[in-house]
Amino acid sequence: MSPAPIQEVIAGTKAEGTPSPHKAEWPLWEVFVRSKAGLDHKHCGSLHAADPQMAIQLARDVYTRRQEGTSVWVIRSDQITASDPGEKASYFDPMEDKVYRHPTFYELPKALDHM
Amino acid sequence: MYTQAMDTMGKEEGAPKAVRSADELAHQERFDARIDAGDFIEAKDWMPEHYRKTLVRQISQHAHSEIVGMLPEGNWISRAPTLKRKAILLAKVQDEAGHGLYLYAAAETLGISRDQLFDALHSGKAKYSSIFNYPTLTWADMGVIGWLVDGAAIMNQVPLCRCSYAPYARAMVRICREESFHQRQGFESLLTMMSHGTDAQKAMVQDAVDRWWWPSIMMFGPPDTESPNSEQSMKWGIKRISNDDLRQKFIDATAEQAKILGVTLPDPALRWNEERDHYDFGAIDWNEFWQVVGGEGPCNRERLAARVKAWDDGAWVREAALAHAAKQQPLKEAA
Amino acid sequence: MPSSITVSSDPSVQYLLRIGDTCLILAQRLAEWCGHAPIVEEDIALTNMALDLVGQARAVLTRAGELEAEHGGARHGEDELAFLRDERDFHNCTLVELPRGDFAATMLRNLAVAIFLELLWQRLQGSSDAELAAIAGKAVKEARYHREHAADWVVRLGDGTAESAARLKAALDLLWPYMAELFEGDGVDDQAVATGLGPRWSELQDDWREGFASVLTAARLALPAERAFRSTGKLGRHSEHLGFLLAEMQHLQRSFPGGVW
Repeated sequence: MSPAPIQEVIAGTKAEGTPSPHKAEWPLWEVFVRSKAGLDHKHCGSLHAADPQMAIQLARDVYTRRQEGTSVWVIRSDQITASDPGEKASYFDPMEDKVYRHPTFYELPKALDHM
Repeated sequence: MYTQAMDTMGKEEGAPKAVRSADELAHQERFDARIDAGDFIEAKDWMPEHYRKTLVRQISQHAHSEIVGMLPEGNWISRAPTLKRKAILLAKVQDEAGHGLYLYAAAETLGISRDQLFDALHSGKAKYSSIFNYPTLTWADMGVIGWLVDGAAIMNQVPLCRCSYAPYARAMVRICREESFHQRQGFESLLTMMSHGTDAQKAMVQDAVDRWWWPSIMMFGPPDTESPNSEQSMKWGIKRISNDDLRQKFIDATAEQAKILGVTLPDPALRWNEERDHYDFGAIDWNEFWQVVGGEGPCNRERLAARVKAWDDGAWVREAALAHAAKQQPLKEAA
Repeated sequence: MPSSITVSSDPSVQYLLRIGDTCLILAQRLAEWCGHAPIVEEDIALTNMALDLVGQARAVLTRAGELEAEHGGARHGEDELAFLRDERDFHNCTLVELPRGDFAATMLRNLAVAIFLELLWQRLQGSSDAELAAIAGKAVKEARYHREHAADWVVRLGDGTAESAARLKAALDLLWPYMAELFEGDGVDDQAVATGLGPRWSELQDDWREGFASVLTAARLALPAERAFRSTGKLGRHSEHLGFLLAEMQHLQRSFPGGVW
């Protein structure tokens, strides 16, 4: 059984006016952990949480297995402004942008709702 | 953790579109050069659509495998024969959930949300490693899964730490670090039963080996001659070692380990070949493999139903959490 | 089939079994969520807590076995105690053996038990039994974490959607009658106080009520009225649920006599 092309999966429902089934998703958070005093916080990954307290709690469960003394920062992924040096000789100016290609980060005009 | 050769899971769409702009061609050239140089590709770098789609599928199916893999082992937590074994199994299954999370996080960097990935899994469009469509029938299955299934997964996974797509590679490094105890605890559990256990326990172990051996070596995917997507994945640095090579490596290692355990592997043709410096082994029943991949294994429907149920039953919880969070917002802004 | 073991009726041993069994049976119920939680992150959180509780159970049961021997009885290990006792010799409070219910019921039960255990472990840090005090020192931190996790969820569910509030209310109605047992006392408590082993569980009631009520308030619920019903799990007389739970939990040890795992 072949999987649907990824565009179909992303587009969600195609019916005009029907709300996307994915609106009710818990937001994505980035997690930074300092494992030992004296070190920097390091980016570990991301997780979904409904609110900041949950994000911290889950970050400790998932990324530190609750080791005492570790410091954990969480920030909503869509609140991060990123500039990725990326390729040295770019055909376009590196723009300050969001961290990921994540589709829900980008507000599109309604006409483009199914992109 | 359970990376069955991803090129077997569903047919690939046709070759990328023909018409491309000059910009795109330049990007493609630079991308190819970076791949050839062994550079890492990060989330925001330009990448061919085909590369991105292949990675989304591979990473997400790897993630699904971790999550579904919690079910056959989760079956035995309540029945673990000692408190120590209960704790070990809980820790192992918890690790698997964590690995699934790391992988979903890596997949999400490519422009897809986790909910969309779950949709694909629950609707049957996305696959997971078919090893989990086999039932866990005895406690010895826990040890054998650790020994053989985790063993095979580790062999698949270590090369992925050098995958060209950096978020996936980083997730794999983290996973491999945590993985080491999984195989060890499984083997140790079997060794304990085979060395100090009762005859009934030994028979239980042998029965588990008899059921899990062939499905385990199928985890490496079809022979290289029948894996058309392997080549592209190898070129892109997503796949590093071929199915057959990995499978041979695994069989060579486990055949020796089986001797230490004192179990017989259920393959009469298994024999050390001095000339090849490898073990010869019998013909794999690829019919069984394709049947199970295609949905006709012993547990396919149950596994998926369990995941769908957990998701559906949990909807009110997720909605409540969001509703509660939304109520806090205006209060925060007013403060 | 190995016969069930019988355990010393010495009050110190019984006092420890009440604690260890409560942790063990709650861990068993929490572990049922594995692979079935509403979101993967909660799968991790719940199994984390189950792991903590198994650890606490193992430590306390081991100590109980040692005390048994010290008081002239047989010396049973943690596994003999967990897998070879009959229901009548388990002393967990009935609350923890009830089926896990939905997520609201699980979180509410976790809250009630975690507030209680945190208070108990705090007091046990001053136990005359050095081993128990050491166990308590570690366990109190875990209980605090469990309490925070449960409290956050109870509030989220109570002040979330209409459905979550209704489910939480239903959970409270179901579980509340079983919470009173936590504070029932008898000769076992008296002995514990006399030897400095630990506090009467009834001494924890006021603080427990305060903690529990404050979370309920934030969750837009009120403490229900006192009920006459008292469950009796601590005394070894359980609900119908424990039998099924133990049959599953103990099955392997019972069917492989002399097995080495």
